Amino acid sequence: MIIVKNLQKTFQTATGEKIQVLRGIDIHIEKGEKIAVIGPSGSGKSTFLRCLNLLEQPTGGEIFFEGQQINDSKVDIDKLRAQMGMVFQHFNLFPHLSVKRNITLAPTLLKLKSQEEADEEAIRLLERVGLSDKADAYPNQLAGGQKQRIAIVRSLAMNPKVMLFDEPTSALDPEMVGEVLDVIKELADDGMTLVIVTHEMGFAREVASRVIFIDEGKIQEENEPEEFFTHPKNPRLQDFLSKVL
Amino acid sequence: MNFINKIQETLLTDQRYLYLFDGLKNTVIITVCALILGVILGTLLAIIRVNYQNGARGAVMQILNAIAGLYLTVIRGTPIMVQLMIMYYVIWQSGEPIPVAIVSFGINSAAYVAEVIRSGIQSVDKGQTEAGRSLGLSSRQTMVRIILPQAFKNVAPAIFNEFIALVKETSVAGYVGIQDLTKSGDIIRSQTYDAVTPLLFVALVYLVIVIGLTQILGIIERRLAVSDHR
Ligand SMILES: Nc1ncnc2c1ncn2[C@@H]1O[C@H](COP(=O)(O)OP(=O)(O)O)[C@@H](O)[C@H]1O
Ligand SMILES: [Mg+2]
Repeated sequence: MIIVKNLQKTFQTATGEKIQVLRGIDIHIEKGEKIAVIGPSGSGKSTFLRCLNLLEQPTGGEIFFEGQQINDSKVDIDKLRAQMGMVFQHFNLFPHLSVKRNITLAPTLLKLKSQEEADEEAIRLLERVGLSDKADAYPNQLAGGQKQRIAIVRSLAMNPKVMLFDEPTSALDPEMVGEVLDVIKELADDGMTLVIVTHEMGFAREVASRVIFIDEGKIQEENEPEEFFTHPKNPRLQDFLSKVL
Repeated sequence: MNFINKIQETLLTDQRYLYLFDGLKNTVIITVCALILGVILGTLLAIIRVNYQNGARGAVMQILNAIAGLYLTVIRGTPIMVQLMIMYYVIWQSGEPIPVAIVSFGINSAAYVAEVIRSGIQSVDKGQTEAGRSLGLSSRQTMVRIILPQAFKNVAPAIFNEFIALVKETSVAGYVGIQDLTKSGDIIRSQTYDAVTPLLFVALVYLVIVIGLTQILGIIERRLAVSDHR
């Protein structure tokens, strides 16, 4: 479904200094796979994820989505992004819109659904995450865990083919982490393809079909979770796991 | 002649208060229309500036940004009265005075409103744009539906302040033959040969308007604070 070949990303800072963040990432992601991405802070995990839906423009290599190369100027970026959901660490709900409007804005603006259809779908999705009573609330009236569940629902309302999560629980109080992970786990069980950057090793182990370790802009190790966590081979990964587990 | 007589002479004789009413009406029309024009133009200028600052560098963008830069420099670098007279006597010679004044004050106001709105746009978190774009919305849809509503809300008090300033700035409209509030006082003076009383009344009307608008500004600010929905 997603094929990444020798993906590179170099940022240029305001002072003209160049920082190479991704140094050649290769990965094939099959439909229905659940990829957990782990690695130290600053290693390029977010940049990798954001290259997948072109929130960052790669500076080298190729990305294919369903057979079509996407880092190509001919691609309609908006159409592509409409098929890929993204959930951010800081939720990024639209504070000026009600919860329901947050969810229905994109499907109606992009004419995928009528307002009535979108409203019904929004209520259905909100029920699924246990927040149907919040349809008319505004984001700032909600707790972090609720916000993140709604951000997930907002992405799902676009019927995406893949969901990208960038540390979806890192900004949450500990007692709210579980409710968000439960929603993601349910999505995974439903067969959604997902790529999730996370520090929740237990979750990665339980839900992922494959775990990848990124350090210094490269995939240093990838494996199915059992083997990955019990017999890490790369010394950096061993070191990393010894610190976080 | 005592003061009561002067007031009577200024306001009541020959129904002279009607001059003040007409003048007030023109001042309000010019101010409101110019502000609307200023906000529309200012928003366009702000969007051009922000897109350019965010790295949009296409040929069209280069040209638009150059025009916007020139516009801001010229308008902010020259007095409004000169701009008004250039518009009236040079650019739009056959224009009706009031539309000419509306366009002049609108163009002038836009240059200041643009900066206000630009700062409003830039005060909206970058994550809002990313969320909009990642849902598949175009950059224009994201700007119109997500960024601008939040930006306007952030700067509504500043725009309202521009409105208050504009009420007073339009007092030079008399120079192109418009009977605004200030000019009305002048007309009364030329009939009564008493300068003090009409000027006092004109000043009083401006003062009442500005105090009233300032009260409304306070209400707007309180409303905005509440509508953060916290
Ligand atoms: N827009 C940017 N401009 C310059 N440097 C950036 C930018 N975005 C990220 N970086 C740098 O790239 C590196 C990797 O960042 P990131 O992908 O966010 O890491 P991670 O998500 O693994 O913590 C960091 O050193 C960060 O400072
Ligand atoms: Mg990150």
